[in-house]
Amino acid sequence: MTTRRLAAGGRINRNKVVNFTFNGRAMTGFEGDTLASALMANGVDVTARSFKYHRPRGIVAAGIEEPSSYIELLGDDATGNQPATVVPLTEGLATKSVNCWPSVDFDCGAVNQLFSRLIPASFYYKTFKWPNWHFFEPLIRKAAGLAGPPPTPPVTGRFEARYWHCDVLVAGAGPAGLMAALSAARAGKRVMIADEACEAGGSLLSRQQAIGGQPAADWVAGVVAELAELDNVTHLQNATVWGYREHNLVLVNERRPDRPALLGRNWRVRAGQVMIATGAIERTLVFHNNDRPGVMLASAVQTYINRYGVLPGQRAVVFTNNSSAYEVAAQMRAAGIEVAAVVDSRSSVTGQESALVEGCEVLCTAQVTQAHGYKRVNAVTVRLASGQTRRIACDLVVMSGGWNPTSHLFSQSRGTLRYDGETCCFRPDKPAQPAVCIGAANGDFTLAEALSGGQKASGTQGGVVPNTSAELPYAIEPLWHVDDLPAGAKAFVDLLNDVTASDVHLALREGYRSVEHVKRYTTGGMALDQGKTGNVNIIGTIALKQGLPLDAVGTTTFRSPYVPVEFGAIGGVREGSVVLPYRHTPLTQWNIDQGCCMYESGARWRRPGYFPRAGESFQDTVNRESTCVRTGVGVYDGSPLGTFELKGSDCGRFLDLIYTNVFSTLKTGCGRYGLMLSDDGLILDDGVSFKLSEHRYLMSTSTGNADGVYQWMEKLLQTEYPQWDVKITNITSQWANATLCGPKAREVLAALDCDIDLAPEAFPFMTFRDCRVSGLPARIVRVSFTGELSFEINVAPRHLLTLWEKIMAAGAAYDIMPIGSEANHVLRVEKGFLSLGHEVDGTVDPYDLGMGWVMSQKKPDYLGKRSVALRRSAGETTRELVGIMSNDPNDMIIEGAPITPDGVRAPSEGVVTAYVWSVANNRSVGLALLDNGHARQVETVYVRMKEKVSPVTVTAPCFYDPDGARLRS
Amino acid sequence: MLRITCPFCGPRSETEFSFGGPVSSQRPEVPEKLSDSDWVNYLSVVPNPMGPVRENWLHTEGCGRWLTVERDTVTHDITRAPEFSR
Repeated sequence: MTTRRLAAGGRINRNKVVNFTFNGRAMTGFEGDTLASALMANGVDVTARSFKYHRPRGIVAAGIEEPSSYIELLGDDATGNQPATVVPLTEGLATKSVNCWPSVDFDCGAVNQLFSRLIPASFYYKTFKWPNWHFFEPLIRKAAGLAGPPPTPPVTGRFEARYWHCDVLVAGAGPAGLMAALSAARAGKRVMIADEACEAGGSLLSRQQAIGGQPAADWVAGVVAELAELDNVTHLQNATVWGYREHNLVLVNERRPDRPALLGRNWRVRAGQVMIATGAIERTLVFHNNDRPGVMLASAVQTYINRYGVLPGQRAVVFTNNSSAYEVAAQMRAAGIEVAAVVDSRSSVTGQESALVEGCEVLCTAQVTQAHGYKRVNAVTVRLASGQTRRIACDLVVMSGGWNPTSHLFSQSRGTLRYDGETCCFRPDKPAQPAVCIGAANGDFTLAEALSGGQKASGTQGGVVPNTSAELPYAIEPLWHVDDLPAGAKAFVDLLNDVTASDVHLALREGYRSVEHVKRYTTGGMALDQGKTGNVNIIGTIALKQGLPLDAVGTTTFRSPYVPVEFGAIGGVREGSVVLPYRHTPLTQWNIDQGCCMYESGARWRRPGYFPRAGESFQDTVNRESTCVRTGVGVYDGSPLGTFELKGSDCGRFLDLIYTNVFSTLKTGCGRYGLMLSDDGLILDDGVSFKLSEHRYLMSTSTGNADGVYQWMEKLLQTEYPQWDVKITNITSQWANATLCGPKAREVLAALDCDIDLAPEAFPFMTFRDCRVSGLPARIVRVSFTGELSFEINVAPRHLLTLWEKIMAAGAAYDIMPIGSEANHVLRVEKGFLSLGHEVDGTVDPYDLGMGWVMSQKKPDYLGKRSVALRRSAGETTRELVGIMSNDPNDMIIEGAPITPDGVRAPSEGVVTAYVWSVANNRSVGLALLDNGHARQVETVYVRMKEKVSPVTVTAPCFYDPDGARLRS
Repeated sequence: MLRITCPFCGPRSETEFSFGGPVSSQRPEVPEKLSDSDWVNYLSVVPNPMGPVRENWLHTEGCGRWLTVERDTVTHDITRAPEFSR
C-alpha cells in the first residue's frame, strides 16, 4: 500500500501525528483528519461490507451523507454505526468495520452475492412465512444489520440538556450561514449559529474560492473571530441541528462540548427566526457496480484533496450530468490525478466548462454503464454518443448526479417543497413557520448567491456582501439512472440498504405506487443515512418508470432526527435512579434509620411500608403492627394526604356541588366524610372536610389523587363557575402529621402535655382542635382510617421530627410502635373502608359500594347525580362491594384474582380487591366486587387462581366493630 | 413543543402547562331537565375539528390559571391570543 498523502496543503496539522487502529491494525494520521481521510491516506480501500449482499464498500462521501463507510468505535468511545467521514481522528482511537466476518477483506457473508438474484427487495416478506417470522428472526437479525449497541454505557461522562432563546438561529456555518449570522449579529440581534462540522466554513473549506479578494478560508476566519467578539452571539461547532418542532422550537445536538466529562449537550432552542443554511448534498449516479470502492462523489474527492491533502486515486474517470464536476476535475489534475476522461451525460458542454479541463477528453451524451473491479475499481465501461462502448482503465470514478438542497429542517417545519426542472431538485417553497432557507439549501448553488442570500435573510444592513471569485453557472440535465440498465444490474440507488434500481422497478411491478410504499417495500432511503445521496434518484426512477413528472411522485416525509442522536442527549441529566424525583416527609431519614422498608405510595411519596424486627417474617411484622393498633397504640405518618384550605363565601355551595352529600349544613369545628364524583357518575375521590369558620373549610383527599383533585376543582371554579367566591390553597406540605391510633391513643396524647380537654364528650369524633402539643402549635383532628380511636396531630413540617420523637418517648410506656402502610391496609380491610385503586376502580358508583346513604336526596344537583341516576335506571347488573372469607380460614388469596362461576374457566363475575390476614379475627378476610353481590351474602363463590380454586363465603364488607363504637370512643 | 402566551406570565413553553381538553358547552343549569341523550351528548361529545379549536390549558408550573387557547389542530398555530377562562 502506498501513501496517498500530498506533500503539502490541506487543513491538517502535519506536525501532530495521531495514532489509531482500524480492525486491529495500527495506523497514523494527522490532527485535523477525519477517520475517513486517515484511512484513505493509509491506502485502505475496503472500509465496510454492505448490509445485505456483503459487497465490499469504500469511502463514497466526505460528510454526514456517507452511505457506505459505517464504523464501530471501540474502547472508551464505544458506539456503533458512525460514518467514518465525520469521526474526528483522536489519539488512540480504536475502530472496526461493521457487518463482516471474519474480516472486512475476507467476509464469509459475501457468499450472499452469488444468490443476490434470489434475494431482491421484499425477499423477507415473501420467504420467511412458514412456520412464522419469529422462527427466522434471530438468524436474520444476526446476518443483516449493522453494529449493535456498545455492551456497557460510557464509564465516565454524562449528557445534559439546555434551553436557549434567540432572535435568530442559523443552522449551518457555510458561506450563507456565516454571512446571515454576521449581518444579524452586527444589527444587535441575539444569534445562535450551529454547525455540524468541527470547523466553520462548510463548502468553503473544500473548494478553492476567494471572497473579497482573499482566500475564502481567511474570510471564514475573520467572520468567526468577529462573531466570537460579540456578546449577542452563541457559536457552536460539532453541533447538528437535528429537529424542527412547532413554534420554532429547534433541537441542536452538540457533540463532545469542550467540558470534561460532558459527552453531549442537547440544546432546546426557541428561535424568533430560523435561517436554514444547511447547504446541499450531491447525488450519486446510478450505474452497474456504482458501489465499488473507488467510486466516489465529486464533492468528496474535492474535499479530500483540498481539505485533507489526500489523493483518493491516481487515474480517474469523471462521470457527471452537471457543470459542478468540472471545477473538481480541474483541481484533481492540479493535484496530480490523471483524468482519463470526463463522461458527461448532457448533450453539450459549454466553452467555460471545457476550458477548465483543457487537454482532457470530454465525452458528451455519454454514460458510464458499468464499473469493473471487486475490492477496487480498475476500469469503467462507457457508452458513447454513437452507441459504441469503450473500456477505460482507472482506479477512481468521480461521479456527480447533481445537487439536492438540504431541505430536511425546512420540511420538518412543515414547509412545502416544489420540484424545479431547471436545477433538477426539490427546492423549498412555502414556509409554515418563521423559517427561511438560504444559499444552497434554497437551491441557490453559487457562492455569490449564498452570500447575498445570507445578507438578505438577516433583514438588516449589518453586513456588506463581498465580491467573490468567478464561478460556473449551475447547469444540469437529469439522469436518475443510466439508460437501458440490464435486468439484475447492481445499480444502487441506496448503498446503505443495498437497494438497486431494479428493486424499485420490482416494487412498482408489484403494485406499490406511492413513493412512501416503495420506500417501505424496498427499504430505500431508510436507516442511518436516510437516503441523503440516493432518495431523489429513487423518486426519479419511479417517475421514469411511471411516466410522471417528479412533482407528481413527490418526496417521502422528512422526519427528525436529521442525523442519529443518542438517547442520552435527548434525555439530558436525570437523577440517578428515577425519572421523576420522590417526595419525602420530614421522617424519611428516621424511618430509614429504623430499618424500615420504604415504599412509593402514590403521587411519588416515599412512605414506610413496614418496620421489620430481627427474626420476623414479613407476615410477622404486619401482624405485630396491626395487633399493636387494635390492642395498644401505634403511630403513623399521614403527611402525604392531600390537604387543601378553601376560603370564600361560596365554599358551602361549592362543596355541595362536588361532594355527593351535604356540606353546607356542617357546624363550625365539625367534619364529614364525603365522596366526590365526576359528572359522568364515577367516583373521583373520597375524604373528610372540616368547617374551620364561617367561610373557611379544610379538605383532605387521598394521597395519590391530590394533584388531580386540585386541578379539577380549579378547573370547575375557573371555567364553569368563575363568579363563585372560592379560593383554594394547597396546604399539603404546610402541615405534616403524626397519627396516633389505638385504644391507648388518648393516654399517649395526654402524656404529651396537650393543653385541651381530650375527653370523648369534650373532643368528639369528626371534630378538630387548635392547641399546643408538647409546646408545639398543633391542630388535632379526630378522624380514623383504622377503625380505632385516632388523633391526627398536625404540626409544621419543621416540628414533625421533634413531635415524633416525643411521641415515641411518651408512648414507650404503652409499647407504641410506628406503623407502615401494610398494617394500615390490613386495618382498613377489616373495617371495609374504601381504598382508591382497589375497590374504587372507575367502574363502580356509590350504590355499588353500599354507600347509597352518601347520595343526597335533598340537593337538587351535584356532580355525578344525573349520570348515576341514568346508570341505575338502566337496571343492568353491576358489581357490588362485598366481604369474602375463604372456607379454609388459613387460605390466602391473591389480590386481583377473578371470581368465576363455580371456579371454572369462564367470564368472571367478580374480582378480589383486597385480601389480608385479619389479626382481629385470627383468620384471612377480604373484599371483592361481585355481580349483584349485595343480594348474595352467605353464598359460596369461587376465586380462580393459577394454581388453585378457592371457595369463599360472601359476607358484609366489614369484619370488625361494625357499629363504629371504637373509632368514636 | 408549543409556546403559549399566558396573559399573566408571558410566553412560556408547553411543558409548563397541563392540557385540559377542548372547551365544551357550559354545564347545564339544571341537568335533570335534559333528556338522557342530551345529557350523554353534553358529557361525551367534545369539539373535534381539523382546524382551530378552543382548548383549556392550565398553567400548572406558572400562575395556576386555566386559559382558553385557540389552537389549529392541523398546524399547531395558536390562532388567537390566549385568555383567562370565561
